Amino acid sequence: MTIYNRFLKLFFAIFLCLGISSCASVPKGFLVPSKDYLEKRQLQMRQYDTTDQEKIITSVAGVLQDLGFTLDASETQVGFVAASKKADATNVGQVFIVALLGGANAVGNCDSSQVIKASVIIKPSLDSKKTVVRVTFQRVVWNMRGQINRLETLKDPALYQKFYDSLSKAIFLEAQEI
Amino acid sequence: MRKLKNYCGIILLLFSVMALCGCATSAVSALGSNESQVKLRSIQTRAFDTTDKKKMMQTVISTMQDLDFVIDKADLMLGSVTGTKFLGYAVVTMTVIVRPRGENQLLVRANAQYGVNSVEDPATYQDFFTALEKAIFLTAQQVD
Repeated sequence: MTIYNRFLKLFFAIFLCLGISSCASVPKGFLVPSKDYLEKRQLQMRQYDTTDQEKIITSVAGVLQDLGFTLDASETQVGFVAASKKADATNVGQVFIVALLGGANAVGNCDSSQVIKASVIIKPSLDSKKTVVRVTFQRVVWNMRGQINRLETLKDPALYQKFYDSLSKAIFLEAQEI
Repeated sequence: MRKLKNYCGIILLLFSVMALCGCATSAVSALGSNESQVKLRSIQTRAFDTTDKKKMMQTVISTMQDLDFVIDKADLMLGSVTGTKFLGYAVVTMTVIVRPRGENQLLVRANAQYGVNSVEDPATYQDFFTALEKAIFLTAQQVD
């Protein structure tokens, strides 16, 4: 009987905690800049030796089209362009390993398609003598069942390098690293 | 003693019901929030001593980019900037509106959503405004 009582108390306490905390699922501190934000800036930003922002923003739109993106939104007066692109995310190696370990059913969890989002900001540098371009990439990956597998910010330097190489070609100016 | 146990059972049942439906929503919550409107405004709003709306918007954008947001939309006339950030499997969406206040100030109001919850924690917004302050070299002033 005392065991029964003890269990009752335990359940009571657990449910009390659940009842109080069930809706408090928003974590704190997610708007604090991470410590590596300067490195991220270095990865995502380039300066161009021109004050002709119109030229840069049209080149950016052109480069995004060259890379297969379609434009979603823009506000040229603030120097902002957003674009996205759907792409295949199937990884033959992943499908093979998952099929080997988990059988045909597990293959449904493999990456299947993705949407890559790019957002570019063009603004004058602090001394107003140059133009700063900053691009950020995000992607959403779906699995073969059509569920979202992953949400992530892309950090691969090669991706950013490719974007700026194309942009530099487009505006015939050498990008200078900050 | 027996009566006490009966009560315990009922209370246990009540709490389990509460725990299970604690997050249930209704259509009413589409326009509702937990905090009072005035309090929420003061949590989400700061004033800055500048009138350069465009520069303020660009600073807001770069601060959001430093915080890993990818900008989805911006509008100079409305003074709005909207961005998305992924935290594991959660999606954080934030809209910031910049608008003039009187002759020589700008009001900046931010509101964030974490998944399906609106963020109403003052400290979280304070973190954002602290980062914004540093970027624009101006002091964010509390608005009544």
